[in-house]
Amino acid sequence: MRILFKTNYKQDLNLAKHSGHRFWYGLLILVLLAAPLILDGYYIGEATRVLIFAMAGLGLMVVTGFTGQVSLGHAAFLLIGAYTNAWFLAQGFSSFIALPMAALLSMIGGLLVAIPAARMSGIYLAIATLVFAIIVEDVAGHLSSITGGNRGMMVDVPMLFGYQIWQSWELYLFVLIILVAATLIVLNILRSPLGRAMIAVRDSEVSSQALGVNPMKIKVFAFTVSAAITGLAGAFLAHYMLFLTPQIFGILLSIQLLLMIVLGGLGTVHGVFFGAVLIGVLETGISIAKDALPSSIGGLPGIEPLVFGVILVSVIAFEPTGIYSRWVKIRSYMEFFPIYRRKSFKRQRVYLKTERLK
Amino acid sequence: MNEFLQLLIVGISQGCIYGLMALGFVMIYKATEMVNFAQGDMMMLGSFVAWTLIMDLGMPFWLGVPATLIVMALFGALVDILIVRRVIGQPQFAVIILTLGLGIIFRAAAGMIWGHVPLTIDSPISGFSSFYGIVIGNERLVIIAVTALLITILWTYFRYSKWGVAMKATSQNQLAAYYSGIPVRVIISAVWAVAAAISALAGILLAPITLIEPMNGLLGIKAFAAAVIGGFGSMPGAILGGLIVGIIEPFAAAYIPAVKGSMVYIVMLIVLALRPQGLFAQIHKKKL
Repeated sequence: MRILFKTNYKQDLNLAKHSGHRFWYGLLILVLLAAPLILDGYYIGEATRVLIFAMAGLGLMVVTGFTGQVSLGHAAFLLIGAYTNAWFLAQGFSSFIALPMAALLSMIGGLLVAIPAARMSGIYLAIATLVFAIIVEDVAGHLSSITGGNRGMMVDVPMLFGYQIWQSWELYLFVLIILVAATLIVLNILRSPLGRAMIAVRDSEVSSQALGVNPMKIKVFAFTVSAAITGLAGAFLAHYMLFLTPQIFGILLSIQLLLMIVLGGLGTVHGVFFGAVLIGVLETGISIAKDALPSSIGGLPGIEPLVFGVILVSVIAFEPTGIYSRWVKIRSYMEFFPIYRRKSFKRQRVYLKTERLK
Repeated sequence: MNEFLQLLIVGISQGCIYGLMALGFVMIYKATEMVNFAQGDMMMLGSFVAWTLIMDLGMPFWLGVPATLIVMALFGALVDILIVRRVIGQPQFAVIILTLGLGIIFRAAAGMIWGHVPLTIDSPISGFSSFYGIVIGNERLVIIAVTALLITILWTYFRYSKWGVAMKATSQNQLAAYYSGIPVRVIISAVWAVAAAISALAGILLAPITLIEPMNGLLGIKAFAAAVIGGFGSMPGAILGGLIVGIIEPFAAAYIPAVKGSMVYIVMLIVLALRPQGLFAQIHKKKL
């Protein structure tokens, strides 16, 4: 068990609370940077997808995990980011223009959703965002002059300083650098007054109002930041996919993003990465396991979504707060070894009591 | 004028299906404050079960339909007892993900069991009726009649029967209902059973009009829009919302073909922007 000895007020503001954090996260980044030396092309591609999904999940976490606004429509922002990036690259701009434009346009989309969405809550918000994603997908299908419609659109490779990024490990490193930057931005927002206001709005809108926070402004801010990060992820997703059709960005993608962050652990940045790795490992693992099984079982159509769904449901049924909270439990078991109490993580159940008249 | 009436009746019959599915959502939502994102998939399962009983095992149609309803009611209760009950009292996110996951499982399982080739049920109702110059498929008229009958039965059930009143009490306050001697767990399972049976009925009614395939479950999203337009806590609202959604569709397809796919959702967004509680919502107080 580590006891923090604080000698300075500024210590509370540090991102890395102690030398252990600095060591382990530094090691993690070194390993991730060195990964292309060890892994071959296929696994680097899979890792790139995990990183892209982590970036999208990071965006969704800002609005859903930290501000408490369930969004089932983040595939729309991925779509806007992906198509904007592809369009600007196709016009001959470099990634220095295309990527910020992807973030910017998707940010504008986020702002458009946020203004009505800030008035809604709970299930209405989830459905409104779901519907927004359906409409955006529909519009992208109809705007064939820009998006190629349902026939699809090829994506050019990223361009930096006149250099084209062809290799899969180059794309991997590019995504990794942007993802680390985005994570640092989110972490910094979270320790600023804005971030604390977001968490206050999530925990109780009325109490946060009483403390002088304007929940509307905070929600709009969260949606905008979230859309920008997700749009950026969409831009990279375009490079990963190489070919875009509106159908890729359907409801199922939004659902997958939400599943990812809930499985990882809502309300934690760790959760995003746990969730992205879990979903990535599950998909790759299922397709590898499928080849290993006899073809009478492995060859059945639809076995992948079935296994996927069963794992999701069992994780939620046995650990509703996600993998990160399981990790926290294991860690504190080891930290407090002889005196760990299971009850210290017991949460009170909330029974239904509505104020409905009928 | 005739075209207008024709579209109207087609819309109403389609709306009845959406209304029935929305009714299932709203019942489960009212009883447990959970949104069952797998409702559309339960409808899809219902129509597949009906296909197995009637076409595969050769049951007569009029026996196959009640048998399907019973099978699906048991299925709904089992889903609640085995899985959903665990997350009662957990945060909303857990519930949403759980039912979304269930929907994925149902769709995949249906695809594995019944395949992805669309199936049809031979329905004893066929042919067309014509009156005042409108020609309308008999199965559409049956949908409207069955829905009207079902609504009457449900209304009587919730108004007069002991179980119906107990369900209403549970939906208002679980703890208080429990203290008054209502077996809350059994009631919630019963609500799931009724909701599953209603959506199975919707699936059977829909079967003669569209083909049966696993992707039918995605119709649930339109039923969602219906429940939202109606206000997610109101049973008459669910039916009315369903009718509105059903009527918008054929008219949008006939007069504004460019937006026929998303017109329903656009209307829903407008309703949400103007009245975030839905058109027919009951009064809510904000919880702290």
